[in-house]
Amino acid sequence: MSENNPVATPEVHTLSVLVQNNPGVLARIAGLFARRGFNIESLTVGPTEREDYSRMTVVALVTSDAVLEQIIKQLNKLVEVIRVSEMERGKAVRRELILVKVHADASTRTDILAIVETFRGHVVDVAADSMTVEVTGKYGKIHAMLELLSPYGIKELVQSGQVALARGPRTITDRSKFDRTPKSQRGTAS
Amino acid sequence: MAADRKTTVMTGAQAVVRSLENLGVEVAFGIPGGAVLPLYDPLFDSSIRHILARHEQGAAHAAEGYAVATGRVGVCVATSGPGATNLVTGLGDAMMDSVPIVAITGQVNSWAIGTDAFQEADIRGITFPITKHNFLVRSADDIPQALTAAFHIAATGRPGPVLVDITKDALTGSTAFDWPAEMDLPGYKPTTEPHVRQIREAAALIAESHRPVLYAGGGVAKAHASEALARLLDVAPMPVVTTLMARGVLPDSHSLHMGMPGMHGSVSAVGALQRSDLIVAVGARFDDRVTGALDSFAPDARIIHCDIDPAEIGKNRAVDVPIVGDCRRMLEELTGVLRDGDQPDWSEWVGYLDGLKTKYPTWAGDPEDDVLQPQEVIRRIGEIAGPETIFVTGVGQHQMWSAHFLPHEKPGKWLTSGGAGTMGYCVPAAMGAKAGRPDQVVWGIDGDGCFQMTSQELVTCAVNGIPVKIAIINNSVLGMVRQWQKLFYGERYSNTDLHSDRVPDFVKLAEAMGCVGLRAETLDEVDGVIAQAMEIDDRPVVVEFVVAKDAMVWPMVAAGASNDDIKIARDMAPDWEDDDL
Repeated sequence: MSENNPVATPEVHTLSVLVQNNPGVLARIAGLFARRGFNIESLTVGPTEREDYSRMTVVALVTSDAVLEQIIKQLNKLVEVIRVSEMERGKAVRRELILVKVHADASTRTDILAIVETFRGHVVDVAADSMTVEVTGKYGKIHAMLELLSPYGIKELVQSGQVALARGPRTITDRSKFDRTPKSQRGTAS
Repeated sequence: MAADRKTTVMTGAQAVVRSLENLGVEVAFGIPGGAVLPLYDPLFDSSIRHILARHEQGAAHAAEGYAVATGRVGVCVATSGPGATNLVTGLGDAMMDSVPIVAITGQVNSWAIGTDAFQEADIRGITFPITKHNFLVRSADDIPQALTAAFHIAATGRPGPVLVDITKDALTGSTAFDWPAEMDLPGYKPTTEPHVRQIREAAALIAESHRPVLYAGGGVAKAHASEALARLLDVAPMPVVTTLMARGVLPDSHSLHMGMPGMHGSVSAVGALQRSDLIVAVGARFDDRVTGALDSFAPDARIIHCDIDPAEIGKNRAVDVPIVGDCRRMLEELTGVLRDGDQPDWSEWVGYLDGLKTKYPTWAGDPEDDVLQPQEVIRRIGEIAGPETIFVTGVGQHQMWSAHFLPHEKPGKWLTSGGAGTMGYCVPAAMGAKAGRPDQVVWGIDGDGCFQMTSQELVTCAVNGIPVKIAIINNSVLGMVRQWQKLFYGERYSNTDLHSDRVPDFVKLAEAMGCVGLRAETLDEVDGVIAQAMEIDDRPVVVEFVVAKDAMVWPMVAAGASNDDIKIARDMAPDWEDDDL
């Protein structure tokens, strides 16, 4: 991997990775990122419309197109990887889920509820001095809500990784137009 | 039709043996143990020749040697836990050098996995990064499919090692054996046919170039593309360099062959890359040992890069024309397209490199020194044994001298550990090569350090009638490390003196292992012992050559330095004289 410019600001890219639903496939992919020094912001994995496939969404921080290309190629080399597709900005729906436990007593509960409603979140648990809020959305929306909630005191939070799906009728198993690898180089594995 | 297929009920272990037989396996190297014992029982009655190694690392390297020498998939077998972990170095070596081997390991019972059971190791997890793919088989029913897939993956695309870990209960369980087994590999489709448009673009760049060079790597050997390469040169006579892994794919005696590039490459080869305006990289991967400092590597060159592994293209060096595909197909297609075009006259460029080749031959040792020079020993072995011989090396100085001074005239005759640089590769890999090609003379050129890592496989050779010939280039030190200490660590020789001038006595050691032991200490003894070794074909032979301790490998590009700073001897740089080019 040539990191020609070490001060380059990393860019966030979202990759959808369709894999065979075999035991150990997550470890293989996580190991690949670790071993080759690729930075992951988040990685989610779950079932798909087909029982024998799983789908991962990897949010990677990359410093150049060459690094992104190398990540895609290395993923494609894994025998259990069926397809890798980049979810390009504006051309895909991306969502994250957050659960956040906020300090809330009788005096603040209403204000917090108002914030949560603004972000179309839900209160999923209430206790004497806390409320647990669930919200889904893009990274920016979640971040904005957290900023507004933080003055009340965030006791703890947990966040899912991103999931993403390309807009339009195409699916990842179609020859994806988001595939960044030039067609001539697109051997799926070697 | 499934209904027409005859299935036979058998144990998982029998299914392994039957599958291996059906896949054409003739030889396997391995060591039994608890978890894999059920497999060894039906193996006893099989047509497969199982060679009982003395260490699993030896079995893995032997499988590699067998694979490279025969062009078939090499097989090694080990038990769970330490048996499996001992294979790791061989698997890593095969991964780095794209050698097709299949390792079969026993695993504890499926219900005991994860309990830290006796001799349990997560060998699949351990070998994720050093195998092309691996399997954990927990049911006898899955055995034919896993082995079929393993052999397919190992041998196709960019070849590599595949491990199949099989639990003991899968081996003892019963299954209705169904053959052929269907593979389920929806994500594995290697691209072998190069894209026509890319070939045309490559041809266009070649037609424009004034100083082209073809940079041939191990992929050319793997793709059996020597003929195709020679034919391309008939229509496009450009200079060629062959990497360590590609030695022999073009005869060294070919007029366009400029030698081996890299850290210990020849001046003409390094110069050909550095001063080129176009590099046609075929089955090579711009390894750091070839490029030196990347930012000053071949600064004026445009790049055509053909590889069957798309991930190699653009990994280290940006590429102008990428071509994914089999190297032989690429060379053939390119030859077809170039036949119609007119190439510029490259004779001045070739003449310049020829000049470098004549002016800066590889340093062949100090003729004034009365101690035996290792370069001369290796040269004589090559001359007496001849280019039909299969040569195998360890790693270090003797390896570099072997790369330079042996007769590399034919493909498929050169086995060495390149990417991984595995000391200890030589003896077991030579064993594997000889087991696969008993009709051919196999010479191992080893160092005294390397030899002591895996020499016990000579016992395996002696017992199993595998008469390899091993030359120990004994300088009594870890020579390459010592060379770096001399050059970069102020001659502070920390822990590189093996004292193997005193201990062990290699001749006695050889004899104790059932081999013939010979020794040469002066130049006039050299030819005699080599000739003697050539005469012996009923036992392995070990020939110790007691050589100069301070011999160094030149030329050299220091680690991390630019190829432009190549030295032909200590503090001596070549004079490029290329202002007119």
